[in-house]
Amino acid sequence: MTTENMNEETAARRPALVELDDVSKYYGNVRALEGVSLEVHAGHITCVLGDNGAGKSTLIKIIAGRHRHDGGALRIEGEETRLASPREALDRGIATVYQDLAVVPLMPVWRNFFLGSEPRKGFGPFKHLDVEHMRRTTHAELLRMGIDLRDVDQPIGTLSGGERQCVAIARAVHFGAKVLVLDEPTAALGVKQSGVVLKYVAAARDAGLGVVFITHNPHHAYLVGDRFVLLKRGTMSGSHTRDGITLDELTRQMAGGSELEDLRHELENRAG
Amino acid sequence: MTATAPAPAPGPRTDERLLRTSPLRRLLSRPELGSVVGAVAVFVFFAVFADSFVRPASLSTVLYAASTIGIMAVPVALLMIGGEFDLSAGVMVTSSALISSMFSYQMTANVWVGVFVSLAVTLAIGVFNGVMLTRTDPPSFIITLGTFLMLTGMNLGFTKLISGTVSTKSIADMEGFSSARAVFASTVTIGGVDFKITILWWLVLVAVATWILLRTRAGNWIYAVGGGEEAARAVGVPVDRTKIGLYMGVALGAWISGQHLLFSFDVVQSGEGVGNELIYIIAAVIGGCLITGGYGSAIGAAVGALIFGMVSKGIVFAEWNPDWFTFFLGVMLLLATLLNHWVRKRAEAAK
Repeated sequence: MTTENMNEETAARRPALVELDDVSKYYGNVRALEGVSLEVHAGHITCVLGDNGAGKSTLIKIIAGRHRHDGGALRIEGEETRLASPREALDRGIATVYQDLAVVPLMPVWRNFFLGSEPRKGFGPFKHLDVEHMRRTTHAELLRMGIDLRDVDQPIGTLSGGERQCVAIARAVHFGAKVLVLDEPTAALGVKQSGVVLKYVAAARDAGLGVVFITHNPHHAYLVGDRFVLLKRGTMSGSHTRDGITLDELTRQMAGGSELEDLRHELENRAG
Repeated sequence: MTATAPAPAPGPRTDERLLRTSPLRRLLSRPELGSVVGAVAVFVFFAVFADSFVRPASLSTVLYAASTIGIMAVPVALLMIGGEFDLSAGVMVTSSALISSMFSYQMTANVWVGVFVSLAVTLAIGVFNGVMLTRTDPPSFIITLGTFLMLTGMNLGFTKLISGTVSTKSIADMEGFSSARAVFASTVTIGGVDFKITILWWLVLVAVATWILLRTRAGNWIYAVGGGEEAARAVGVPVDRTKIGLYMGVALGAWISGQHLLFSFDVVQSGEGVGNELIYIIAAVIGGCLITGGYGSAIGAAVGALIFGMVSKGIVFAEWNPDWFTFFLGVMLLLATLLNHWVRKRAEAAK
C-alpha cells in the first residue's frame, strides 16, 4: 500500500508523536513499571501486550496524564514533558478510551460525545450549548465511522459495549486527537463485536492517528498492529515489528512462553 | 478522511430501525413524570376530602409552604444529580439568618450589610463542604454530617454568647429593614389573593436551575460527575470545580431561605432548621432524582416540594390531626420511588 510507505517515510523523518524512553513508575516500594520504551507514529498502531499486573494500566495512566512517571523521559513530538492532568494530555492531542469508564451511561449519546469539550454560542451569562449542532454532528460523525445510530437522544447505556467503544473512538477522532490510546477495547466483547471495534481502530489509523492498542489478546493485536511491545511484571520483555515476529511466536510469548511449558508438564504429571 | 472537515448534514433521511416514538413514551422517559402524576393525585385527593382546599387563598398558602421548601429542594436536587448529599443544608439556613441578624445588630450597621456578610459567609460554608469533599476521601454523607453538627453547635453557642438567649434581638427598627423585608418576605396581592414573594424566588430558581442543567456546559458536567465521575474526569471535566459549585448553589439557596426567615419573623430561633435537610432530599427524590446521582431534574424537585406543601396544608384544611403528616409523607416517598423506578425501567427497555 502506497499510503503505508508514505507513512513509513514521514515517520522516519519526523519525531514520534509520543515517545517513552526508559520510563519507570513506582508506587511506594512497588515497582509498577521499569525501563519501558516505545514510540507512537502517525498512521501506525503500536500494540502493548501483557498479562494482568504486567503494568499495562500504569503505562496508559502515564500517557493519558493520570499519573506522572518517576524515571526516564516522555516526549511528545520530540519535546520532553510531564503531563499534569488528563486535560493537559487531551490538549496536546492524546485521547484515551477506557474499557469500562469511556462514557456516562445515563446521559444521551450526543451529550456524551461532546462531554468536556462542549461547543457553545451566545454571550456572557447567556452562553449556552449549541444543542442542534451537537446532535447533528454526533449523528454525522458516527455515520462517518460507519455507526448508524438509531437515536442520538437515547442514553448511551442502552448501546452495546462495542458501540460504546466506537462512540468513544469517533469522539477522539472528531476532536482532532493525534494519538489514540485504547485500553483493552475488545476485552469484554464477543467475537463479532470485537471485529467491529478493530475495524474502527483501523479506521482511526487510516485517518492518520497514532494508535496505542493495549490488549492481552495477541490475535486481536496481530490483526491490526504494526509494532508489538510485550510487558511482563513491570518490565519490557520484548519489542518487535510486524515483520520480526509471527502470530504463533507472539502468542507463545504472551502466554508466558517457557512458563506455559512448565505448566503443561505439571498438569500432565498430575494427570498421570 | 480528515478529522476537521465539516460534517455533512444528514438530511431528513429516516432509519427503518427507529420505531416511531409515541409522544406518550417520550413523556414517560421524563424524570419528573412520577412526581407530576403524584402531584395531580394529591391535589385531587385533598380537593375531594377538604372543601376549603381549592379556594384561591388556600392555594396561596400551599404555594407558600411549597416555596419555602422548594427554594432549598432545587439546589439540593442539583447536588444530588451531581452524586452528592448535603446534610448541613437545613441548619445552614438558620446559620445564614443568625449571621445576618447578629452582624447587623452588633455592628449597628444597615441590615443590608448583614445580609451581604451573611451571603459571603454562607457561600464560604458551601465552599468548605465542597473543598473538604473533593480534597479528601470520605463520602459527602459523613463530611456534611460533620458540618451539620458543627453548625448546629455554633448556632446555639454563638447566639447564647452574643445575645445571652437562644434567639436573636429584634432588628425591626434598623435602617434598611423595610427594604430587605420587601425583597425577602413581602406579600404581593394579585386578583385579591395574597402571594408571598418566596413563590417568585422559587420559580426563578427553578427556571435558572433548569436552564443550567439542560442548556449549559455546567449542566452537562453536573450530570456527568453524578453519572460517571471517572469517565467525566478522563475526558477533562473539572470534577472538583463542578462539585464545589454545586455546594455553593446549596449555600445560595440557604442564604435566600435564611434571609426570608429573618425578615418575616424579625427574630431567629437558633435551634431551628434541624431535620429540614431530609425534607429537601425527600422532595428531590419524590421529584425523580436518582439517589445515586446522574439523573433527575429541577422541575421534578419543585413538584416534589409542591407535593410537600399540598400534604402539609391539605391535612390542616381537611381538619385532620396534623400528626398524620409524616405518615402521608412516608407513603408519598415510597410511592414516588416505586413509580420512578418503574418508569425508568420502562424508559430504558424502550430503546
